[in-house]
Amino acid sequence: MNQAVELPRWLDVVVLPLINLLLALLVCALVVAGIGLNPLQVLGLLVKGAFGSASGISYTLYYATTFIFTGLAVAVAFHGGLFNIGGEGQAMVGGLGASLLALWLDSRLPAPLMLPLMVVGGALAGMAWAAVPAALQAWRGSHVVITTIMFNFIASALLAYLLVNVLKEPGSMTVETRAFAESAQMPGMHTALAWLGIAPWPSTPLNLSLLLAIACALAVWLFLWRTRAGYELRVVGFSPPAAHYAGIRPKAQIMLAMAISGALAGLVGINELAGVQHRLLLDYVVGAGFTGIAVSLIGRNHPLGIVLAALLFGALFQGGAELSFEIPAFSRDMVTTLQGLIVLFSGAMARIAAPLLARIYGALAQRWRPRLQPGVSHG
Amino acid sequence: MDELISSVWWGGLIASTLRVSVPLVLCALAATISERAGVIDLGLEGKMLMSAFAAAAAGAATGSLPLALLAALAVGLALAMLHGYACVSHSGDQVVLGMALSMIASGLSVVLGIAWFHQGGQTPPLPDSVRLAPWGLGLAAALQRLPLVGGVLGNLVGGGLLGHNLLVYGALALVPAVWWLLYRTRFGLRLRATGENPAMVDAAGLSVAALRYGALALNGLLCALAGGYLVLAQNPSFVPNMTAGRGYMALAAMIFGKWHPVSALWACLLFGFLDAAAIRLQGVALPAVLGGGAVPVQAIQALPYVLTVVLLAGFIGRSRAPAALGLPYLKDR
Repeated sequence: MNQAVELPRWLDVVVLPLINLLLALLVCALVVAGIGLNPLQVLGLLVKGAFGSASGISYTLYYATTFIFTGLAVAVAFHGGLFNIGGEGQAMVGGLGASLLALWLDSRLPAPLMLPLMVVGGALAGMAWAAVPAALQAWRGSHVVITTIMFNFIASALLAYLLVNVLKEPGSMTVETRAFAESAQMPGMHTALAWLGIAPWPSTPLNLSLLLAIACALAVWLFLWRTRAGYELRVVGFSPPAAHYAGIRPKAQIMLAMAISGALAGLVGINELAGVQHRLLLDYVVGAGFTGIAVSLIGRNHPLGIVLAALLFGALFQGGAELSFEIPAFSRDMVTTLQGLIVLFSGAMARIAAPLLARIYGALAQRWRPRLQPGVSHG
Repeated sequence: MDELISSVWWGGLIASTLRVSVPLVLCALAATISERAGVIDLGLEGKMLMSAFAAAAAGAATGSLPLALLAALAVGLALAMLHGYACVSHSGDQVVLGMALSMIASGLSVVLGIAWFHQGGQTPPLPDSVRLAPWGLGLAAALQRLPLVGGVLGNLVGGGLLGHNLLVYGALALVPAVWWLLYRTRFGLRLRATGENPAMVDAAGLSVAALRYGALALNGLLCALAGGYLVLAQNPSFVPNMTAGRGYMALAAMIFGKWHPVSALWACLLFGFLDAAAIRLQGVALPAVLGGGAVPVQAIQALPYVLTVVLLAGFIGRSRAPAALGLPYLKDR
C-alpha cells in the first residue's frame, strides 16, 4: 500500500479503480466463457433483468438499499482506521433489536411513532453489538478484525437460540416470529408512489428504507467531511501518530467509528424485516455484511461512490436472479464470484497496476508535453 | 441422561470429536505457519473450500484417490501463491485478500459444480475407491474381545480412537512435525524471525519474500489436506459452502493456541469436542440440578468464539501475535 508510485489525482481516483474493476469483470467473463456461456449475451440479459422493467429496477434498488447500509458501515470504520468485518453480525442484532420493539409495541403505537422507534432501536442494537469489539480494541488491544468475525458467529448463534427457544410463534413449523402489525411495516415504494399519484407501480420488496439509506449516505458525508468530529476520525485513520500529536484521543475515536459503523449495519434489519419480511426470521442478512466490503472498496469509501457501487451490486444481484431463470447453467453464485474478484482486484491487488500506469503516463506525458505546453518553450 | 454413563456413547463422542477436529487441526497448523512468518490468513475458509471442490471434482471425474488428493493440493498451493503474489510481492492488504479468497471460493466452487455436474452445485457421491478407508478396525475388534475390560476399553479406545482413516492420524502426526519444523530447524527459526522482525532477517542476508512464500506454500498444502478430508472422508460428496465457517473456527483455535502448533491442537480438540457434543446433545434434557429444559445447543456452538474473544481480551492469559503480523515488508525504506 505504501509503494511510492505517484500518480496524478485523476488517474489515481478514476482510472486505476476502473482498470481494477475491468480486470475483475474480465476474469469473471473468462469464467462465464469457461462454463460455455457467451459473456456478452450474459451481460445483455443481466442489464435487461436489472434495468429492463419497472419491476427489475425496483428489485435492483431494493438490493442496493441493503448494500448502501453495509457499504457505509465498512467505510466509516475504515476512515477511522478500522476494518469492520462484523457487518453481518451487527445487521443480525440490529434486526433483532428492531423486531423486539415491533413485537412489543406494534399493537399500541401508530406507524409514525413505531417506524422511527424501530429505526432507532435497530441502529442502537447494531451499535451495541459493534461496541464490544470496539471497546476490546480500544482498551485491551484485541484486534478488531478477529473479534468482529467472532461476533458474527456469536450473533448468529444468539439469533438462532432466541428464535428457536423464545421468539418463535407457538405451534408454527417454521422458525420465525409472528407477523408484525401493519404499524410496524415500512410502506412499500409502490404504496408510497400511489400516495403521490404515480400508479400503477409494480409491487416489489422496494420500500421507503431506500430514502433512509440515501439520507444515511448524506449524513455520513456531512459527518466525515463537514464536522470536526468527522475530521478527527479521518485523522486517526490516516495517521495515528499525527492524531496522537494533535491531541485526539484514539480510544474515543475507535468507539465512535465502530458505533456509527454498527448502527449503519443495524439498519439492514429495517429494509429486510420491517420493509419486506414483516417478521423476524433466520438468515435474512445472507452475506450482505460481506458484500458491504466489496461495495466500500469500489466506492473508494466515499458515500457517493458507495451509493453507485451499491447500485452496481444491486443490479448484479437482481440481474443474476433473473438470469438464473433464463439460463439454467447460470447461478447467482456467479455474482458471489464476481464480488470476490472485485475485492481481490480493487482491494488486495489495488495498487499492482499503478507502476505500469505511471510508466505509461510518464511516457505519454513526455511525448505530448511540447504540444501541450507551447507557451512554456517560448517564454 | 442415561447416555452419559454408557461407554458406547463416550466412545462415539471421542470418535466424532476427532473426526470434527481434523480439518480444524490442519487449518490451524496452516495458519500458524503463515502467521508466524508474518502473513495473516483469513483465507483458510476459501482455500479449504476450493480444494475440497477440486478433490471432489477430480475424484468424480477420474475415480482415483491419488489424483483427487493431487488436485486438492494443486489448488491449495495455487491459491496460496496468489496470496503471496498479492501480499508478499505487492504488499496488498492481507485481511482483504483473505476475504477475497473466501468469497471467490464460495462462488466459484458452486458455479463450476453446476456447470460440470448439473446437481445444484453438488458433485456426485464419490465411489469407495476414492474414499479414505478406516484403519485399525482389526485392533479395535481384538480389544473388544479382551476379558473383563474388553467391553469398556473396546468402546472407548476401539470405538473412539481406532478405526479412523489415514488423514486423521496424519493430521495428529503433523502437529509435532510442524512444531519440530518451527522450533528445531534453521528454516523454522528464520521463519519465526520473519514474523517478528523482518528487517533483521533481511540484514542477515536472507530473503523475507522467499521465506514468506515458503510459509504460504506449506499453508496452502495443509489447507488442501483439510479440504480433501472433507470430501474424501467426512462427506460423501462436495456440497456448496460445506466448510461452514470451519476456517474461521480454525483461525480462532490458532489464536486460542497462542500461535503455537501444540497449543493449537488442544484448542482444536476442545472446539471439536464442543461441536460434537452440541450435535449429540440436541434435544437432550438438562439434568434436574441445572434446572431441566433442553440443552442450549447454540450456546455450546458459540462457546469457541466467546472463549477466543475472552482470551484475546487478555482476561485469561495473554495471546500475543507475531510482532510483524500483517505488515508488508518493503526493502527500500
